Amino acid sequence: MIDSKYSISSARNDGVSSVIEVKNVSRRFGAKLALDDVSLIVPRGGVFGLIGGNGAGKTTLLKHVMGMLKAQTGSVKVFGLDPIAQPVGVLSRMGYLSEERDLPNWMRVRELIRYTQAFYPTWDERFAEELREMFELDPNTKIRALSRGQRARAGLLVALAHRPELLVLDEPSSGLDPVVRRDILGAIIRTIAEEGRTVLFSSHLLDEVERVADHIAMIHDGRVVLADSMDDLKDSYRRVTLRFDTPIADPPKLLGGRNTQGAGSEWTYICTVVDGDMGQVRGAAESMGAQVVEESALSLDEIFVANIRP
Amino acid sequence: MQIHINTHDGVPIYLQVVNQIKYLVSAGRLSSGDELPPIRVLAEKLIVNPNTIARAYRELEMAGVVEKRRTAGTYISAEGSRLARRERTKILTGRIDQLLAEADQMDFSIEDLIKLIHQRSEALQSSRAKEQLHD
Repeated sequence: MIDSKYSISSARNDGVSSVIEVKNVSRRFGAKLALDDVSLIVPRGGVFGLIGGNGAGKTTLLKHVMGMLKAQTGSVKVFGLDPIAQPVGVLSRMGYLSEERDLPNWMRVRELIRYTQAFYPTWDERFAEELREMFELDPNTKIRALSRGQRARAGLLVALAHRPELLVLDEPSSGLDPVVRRDILGAIIRTIAEEGRTVLFSSHLLDEVERVADHIAMIHDGRVVLADSMDDLKDSYRRVTLRFDTPIADPPKLLGGRNTQGAGSEWTYICTVVDGDMGQVRGAAESMGAQVVEESALSLDEIFVANIRP
Repeated sequence: MQIHINTHDGVPIYLQVVNQIKYLVSAGRLSSGDELPPIRVLAEKLIVNPNTIARAYRELEMAGVVEKRRTAGTYISAEGSRLARRERTKILTGRIDQLLAEADQMDFSIEDLIKLIHQRSEALQSSRAKEQLHD
């Protein structure tokens, strides 16, 4: 349903419609299986949100995309290239903000900017200065002396200033105050709105993912349990409350129904539906002598929980 | 233009934008010919994906509430204010349906309910009249 009149994407297209292709990647750290046969396609243009709890495998997956970890099995392609075999071709077109924001502590802000600039032929000096002023970063401050929020802003500045085609952010706003979070999310939105580029970011803050992402992958215990566009995902779940004629102790199963809760004659189900169409659910309810008395959409948070604890 | 996004009750964000703009039109806070902010500006202000705002504007255009002009702006259409009346009725209908459902559960007959509505209306009017006296 893309209407060109309103379409935002204008990313350069070199014949590849996906920016990242991860195929059947597994990764073991000692006895722990951190990634278990993960396959994922990140389309060009837009914001892709990677969600999952702590230790689910989000950072490990992002490190494979960055070429910081080598796939033990399977393959990773970024812009159609292998990030380990062709790091220059891949990394020069990417910006990355790590979870630890590992910046050289001994440098001053000005030195960090100059140092990073040297790696990127596409560096935009005016844009870097614009970001520095917007983020209120003093060029003379040592990185060591920056507050947590200022450190995140500095990391974001050096990830953005070469105007990368692909921006990868690992938990960009965790542990930050609302003002800094707004800055970071605003930068994500500006990145894709003005330039039609791709952002891949991981987060466990599902409310902000619901706001900014248009595609989602859910990772749990090293597996991708769900990957879809945000619109389709939201259209696939409904919370449905049924009222039965008589109180029942053990509610019957409803079409794709899970997480059943309730008592007596009212029971609430989480249902999977197609394109938000409730017809089938209503029919199924009627056939078991019940009526749909309430119906609502689920937040991303609730969809996540429903998939983790079926 | 005040729009508030809530990610907790599950309503898709584009629909929240659509509903709130319709509401602003029906409340007379946006009127025919008013320009909506550009997609990018509103996306950044609300911290939501620009495609979400684009979809909301598209839905509003299909519903006849806004129109795109050749100079690449989005404006409240003349038809928008006419639609607004239907929208107002729709908003009230929703509230009334809720009220009826609750009244039914509390064993209130429709006659009792109407009587109560009249009583409340009179009570509100007389308290308003008192306030005006104090002014």
